[in-house]
Formats: sequence, structure tokens, C-alpha cells
Amino acid sequence: MEIKLQLPLTAEKVAQLHAGDTVKLSGIIYTARDAAHKRLVAMLEAGEDLPLDLQDQTIYFAGPCPAPPGRPIGSAGPTTSGRMDAYSPILIKQCNLRGMIGKGERSQQVIEAMQTYKAVYFAATGGAGALIAKSIKAAEVIAFPDLGPEAIRKLTVEDFPVIVAIDAHGGNLYDQR
Amino acid sequence: MSEKLQLNVEKMRSFAESLRVIPFDEVVEMVRLCCLAAATQLPEDVLESLQDAYQKETKPLARELLSQCLENARIAREENMPICQDTGFAVFFVEMGSSVQIDGGTIYEAISEGTRQGYRDGFLRKSIVTDPLFKRKNTTDNTPPIIHLNLVPGDKINVILAPKGGGSENMSALKMLKPSDGKAGVVDFVVNTVVNAGGNPCPPVIVGVGIGGTFEQAALLAKKALLRKVGTPSRESEYAELEQEILQKINASGVGPQGLGGDTTALAVHINNHPCHIASLPVAVNINCHAARHAGFEL
Repeated sequence: MEIKLQLPLTAEKVAQLHAGDTVKLSGIIYTARDAAHKRLVAMLEAGEDLPLDLQDQTIYFAGPCPAPPGRPIGSAGPTTSGRMDAYSPILIKQCNLRGMIGKGERSQQVIEAMQTYKAVYFAATGGAGALIAKSIKAAEVIAFPDLGPEAIRKLTVEDFPVIVAIDAHGGNLYDQR
Repeated sequence: MSEKLQLNVEKMRSFAESLRVIPFDEVVEMVRLCCLAAATQLPEDVLESLQDAYQKETKPLARELLSQCLENARIAREENMPICQDTGFAVFFVEMGSSVQIDGGTIYEAISEGTRQGYRDGFLRKSIVTDPLFKRKNTTDNTPPIIHLNLVPGDKINVILAPKGGGSENMSALKMLKPSDGKAGVVDFVVNTVVNAGGNPCPPVIVGVGIGGTFEQAALLAKKALLRKVGTPSRESEYAELEQEILQKINASGVGPQGLGGDTTALAVHINNHPCHIASLPVAVNINCHAARHAGFEL
């Protein structure tokens, strides 16, 4: 079933998604990968305010290529989500992060946090960075510019193609193979 | 004594005259172009292999994902966009003729400079950090490259660039098996390494296997196996059969494209073998994603 979904997510929208659904996302998503996650969680542990409000937001595990002239962004496919497993449960629990986009399986701790706090994990096609970039209409670095490709970018997306890989009900496409 | 010295001078002069000299900037420019081509143009053999997998795949979602890979490759080529945002560690395999010299710097310097210019001009991602454990500060120009240099007869320089993404490299593994583990031990280790990697290395993958040599040699054999035209069998029939056996077992796992299920987990298994110590059976598995990029030139 193909679903067109307007971001931001809510607990209600997440509850309607099931593993295997093909989804086109439109609205705002934020890129963050290894180094940005490490910093965000360190800031939370130090009791500092984060540079962005993650309530109901969706994080895209990605570090895009630089934008060539005349384009908002370069190639922008997902990175391996498993490297964020140590951090995602903290963001889900403490910040009400609602959605994640990446590639590959997640840990049991992430899956449990997703079920308890109603979050969803989407898979984007790894290695399809040029195709995915076409659905990104604007990009702006909003935090940690010193991290270069790992900076947090605010992306405006239109019909961004993903698949619900793990839902908030325990449905997991990686288990079904 | 002076006669001997005179003879040596003569020898050196004639050697110098036989050397072919290539200007430094010429090498730099070719390396730069190589970086641009490798990032944006998926080689024909990889495209054909993906096309073939798409035709044979029976699971609808897997077919959709394979078609996205093909569509992505087309967009990248036509619009000069990197195939994947992970434009990789720039890994070079260089064969340097013993009678060729670069005027103005070393081959290492030329490749480094070409990498810097290529990753800058192509708007490719800079993915290298200075220190692996403590600082992890981006070098901002994707240097240093990795350079494997071989000295060969002749007056040519042959260069192959195989940019390597982090996702698939992270899922690679090496094990020092016992000789008694034999073929079954090798099959188990390779199949488990690929299957346990799931969707992380961006399947459908190409599996490079190095068997034999020493610890570091096995890894290099595995990496070099990835340079082979996709699906070309080993020249040794026992190894060619082993490649097919491992490929079938990997694809029977059902991991599928992106780890989301399907018939196509690996496009090919390539094995390189080498003599080894009486006590050893080293096996290395180097996984490449479906965006198996390479480009090269000869000067």
C-alpha cells in the first residue's frame, strides 16, 4: 500500500503505519549521523538545550554530498542506522523523536523504545543517493557546521520515497524474510 | 678506479636516457578525472549484472528496489551526480613501470593531489577523518588516499581507482582458519559474514574473498577480487566452483536487496587465492555495495 504522508509525524500518524507500507514523505526532515548524534546525546547528558526541537520530528541518517551549483543538495542516500542504535532510544525517550530514516536493521533497545514511545523506522534505498536527492527541494545547515558532511541539515522534501521497515506495533520487515 | 667510476657514470646516463618522463601535472589531471568518472558512472558490467538480477528477482519489493538502483545509476550518469553520497575512501591500485619517472614529484604526491582536486571539483563528499579514535576531525579534502603500488617492467603507469564506501567496508571480516577447517570452514565463514551483515552493506553486494597468503595479504587479495568484471569466474576450476557454491548459499538466505527480503543478496562472489604457510588458512571477505565503482587510466 502506498501512503502519502505529510510531516511532522504524530503518535496517531505513526500508529497507522505498518511494516511493508510504501510511503512518500513531504515536509521537513533533519539529517544527523554518527558525530551529530554523539553531540546531541552529550548535550542532553550535560543538561544543555539542543540546537533543534526534536518533538514529533524525523531524523534522516545521512551525510549528503556538497550541493553543486544550481542544486539544493548533492547525492543524499541513507547511511547504516545500526551505528545510531546507541543514541536513538535516548532521543526517542527524552525528545519524543517520532521518525527515523536509514538503512539496515535496528537493535532490540531501539525497537522497544519505538513501541513504548510510538516511533517509526523507515528504510530508504541505500546507494540511491542521486534518485533520492531529486525529492529534496531545499537544504540548510542548522547545527554543527564544523562537522562538514555530518552537520545537521534541515531538508524540505517532497514525495521522499521510503518503506516502513519497523513499525510501532512490533512489525519488522527484516524479520519477515 | 677512475675507469670503473667512468663506466658507472656511462651506465647511469644510458639508464636516464631510457627513462620515460611524465610531467607531474599530467598524472594529477588524470587522477582528478578518474575521481569524477568513478563517482558518477557505474561501470557497464555492474549495470548489466543489476539488470539481470532485476529480470530474475521474484519478490515485488525486491524488484522495486533493484529498479531504483538502475534508475539511480541512470540519473547519476545523465546529471553528473554521484551514484552514492558516500563517495568513499579513494583506494588506488597502481602498476608503475620501472622505466618511467614522474617529473616534479612522486607518484604518491601526484595521486594525493589528484584526489584532492577531484573530490573538490566533483562536489564529492569528504569522508576521511584525521585520527580514527580520538580527534576524528575531517581532513576536508578526502585525502589521504590509500595507494597500493606495484613495480612492473615497462614504461607505463596503470592506475585503477576503486572508491570504497564505509557501509560495506564495515561489514568486511578476516579470519585465520585452521587448515583442518577446510572448504566447509571457508564456506561457513564467508556465507555467515555476508548474511549477518543483512541490509547494512547495501545488498545486492559483490563479495571479494581472499584465501591464503598472510594476514594482510588475504585482505588485499579480497579487495583486489572486487576489481574483477562482475561474475567473471576464477581461472582455477575448483575455486570457480567454490564461488558458485558460496553465491548460491548467500542468495538462498533471502536477505535480499537492502536486507528487506528477496532472491538477490549478492551479484557475484570472486575468490583470489595465494600460496600460504603450512600452519595457516587465512580467509578475508571484503564486501562491496551494489554501487561497485571503479575507473582507471594508463599513461
